[in-house]
Amino acid sequence: MLYIDIKKQLGDFTLDIRIETNKETLALFGASGCGKTVTLKCIAGIEKPDEGEIVLGDKTLFSSKKKINLPPQKRNVGLLFQSYALFPNMTLEENIAVSIPKNCPNKDKIIKEKIKEFSLEGLENNYPHELSGGQQQRTALARMLVNEPEILMLDEPFSALDEHLRWKLEQKLIDTLHNYGKTALYVSHNKDEVYRIADKIAIYNHGKIQSIGDKQEIFNRPGNVDAAKLIGCNNISKARKIGRNRIYAIDWGLELESEEMVQDDLKYIGIYGSNLDISNGMVPENTFPMKIINRIENPFSSTLVLRHERGVDTSYKSHIYLEINSKKSPDEIYLDEPVYVHFKKEKLLLLY
Amino acid sequence: MDYSPLLISLKVSITATFITFLIGIYVAYLVTKLNKFKGLIDGVLTLPLVLPPTVVGFFLLVSLGKNSIVGKYLALYDKSVVFSLTAAVVASTVVSLPLMYRTTRGAFEQLDRDIIHVAKTLGLSEHKIFLKIMLPNSFPSIMAGTVLAFARALGEFGATIMVAGNIPGKTQTMSVAVYTAVQAGNRHLAYKWVLVMAVISFVAMIIMNRFDKNQFAKVRKAVS
Repeated sequence: MLYIDIKKQLGDFTLDIRIETNKETLALFGASGCGKTVTLKCIAGIEKPDEGEIVLGDKTLFSSKKKINLPPQKRNVGLLFQSYALFPNMTLEENIAVSIPKNCPNKDKIIKEKIKEFSLEGLENNYPHELSGGQQQRTALARMLVNEPEILMLDEPFSALDEHLRWKLEQKLIDTLHNYGKTALYVSHNKDEVYRIADKIAIYNHGKIQSIGDKQEIFNRPGNVDAAKLIGCNNISKARKIGRNRIYAIDWGLELESEEMVQDDLKYIGIYGSNLDISNGMVPENTFPMKIINRIENPFSSTLVLRHERGVDTSYKSHIYLEINSKKSPDEIYLDEPVYVHFKKEKLLLLY
Repeated sequence: MDYSPLLISLKVSITATFITFLIGIYVAYLVTKLNKFKGLIDGVLTLPLVLPPTVVGFFLLVSLGKNSIVGKYLALYDKSVVFSLTAAVVASTVVSLPLMYRTTRGAFEQLDRDIIHVAKTLGLSEHKIFLKIMLPNSFPSIMAGTVLAFARALGEFGATIMVAGNIPGKTQTMSVAVYTAVQAGNRHLAYKWVLVMAVISFVAMIIMNRFDKNQFAKVRKAVS
């Protein structure tokens, strides 16, 4: 169990967060420089919060009221850095062995086990600079797990790796986290990675947690415009309520029907590009004639840039991006041709 | 030829380098850990590097002389520091310390912070972090600092002559011997000492370059 409720002044904003989590992987998700890494460092004891409390299991790590501030050595936390921070003067084996006390009777056994578990056999005597990025990451993971920390904290562990390596290592990491079965915090700004690895997501914005919840919940109902942008919603328009379930999307110039009840303070409306359909115009609801302004080719899909046919606003704000699978894409899509586009009403994201 | 200046020089500079090595590393470690007064202490430690050596020598003379606290204390035991080999060692130590301290501190500060942080979370004691991580990963710089300090101690003239004097066979080092020989018009002798000192300095430089390049390229590469 991890309970953290801290405040810390960071440059021009204040980190002010409260998290409670238990035996699950929680992703701290947000743009760079919004306080995610500092949160991890505060838990590890490398940085000191200005005030608040951090409790891990039955141990208070930090409490400004009770004047407790355990040194990192006494906190029993595992921290994996973006750079892996292997000790350059030690071999792989020494890196793993250095934190095991000398008088530990199973020392050799533990080291062997960890080396085997992370498939590092045969590399024991290599120095970090002689290891590949993936091997370095596995060494750092093995080193972190040796002392069986109460919590695992991973700070963007994949950002230094090539795309093709990522996938394999990610699977290994998901397994590791799953088997370990303790609380884990995972910092990232990659939405796909976060979705695959975490159980829960906390969205950070300027030092505050904007929303926290199960990952499906967060992705389906981000709740506010910053969260929606972070999770990759590329269609966002200013909006206002015009009825119990009706919204006027100001930038797009469209009147939309939503399945969910609309609150009075609605500010924006959003929809994923993949939740838009080209239709034949037979479904009248939420279907509008649009003009195709551009077609952007991605490796396995295309994005159509659309605009409401009768819209007056021609700036980029009025653009709507619709994603289609390249294979299925009908060839009869031509630029400047009118098409009907259907907005699935159950997929509209109401943003406040 | 009287070889005493060579022996005195080596005695003084090796002892001074040894003391500087220990104090320099320790002080560098302490200063990197400091939060308050960092600038002040850094300034004090760097002062002998920027002050003219004669001024350093003068300060030493004042603080170690017969009328100083140290001098009075030693006088109780019928001893005196000034104009002795010890004074030469003190002078060389003081002027070479900033070089050792600054090079080492630079190396400590250039170490990847994350490496130190991760060591702490792994439960390594501060003592172990210093010995097993900070020192080995700063080794090339520490060696370079040591050689620099040695070269400075060997060449020390101004502070030494102020506080240790120029007593042949007792406190006359090679640098002072060159000066004395030139003053006495003995060019021949001056050339000899100049040659000896140049050779030692060149050897020191070669050793320093060795440490910089070959042997520890491995560690340096990994650190960067």
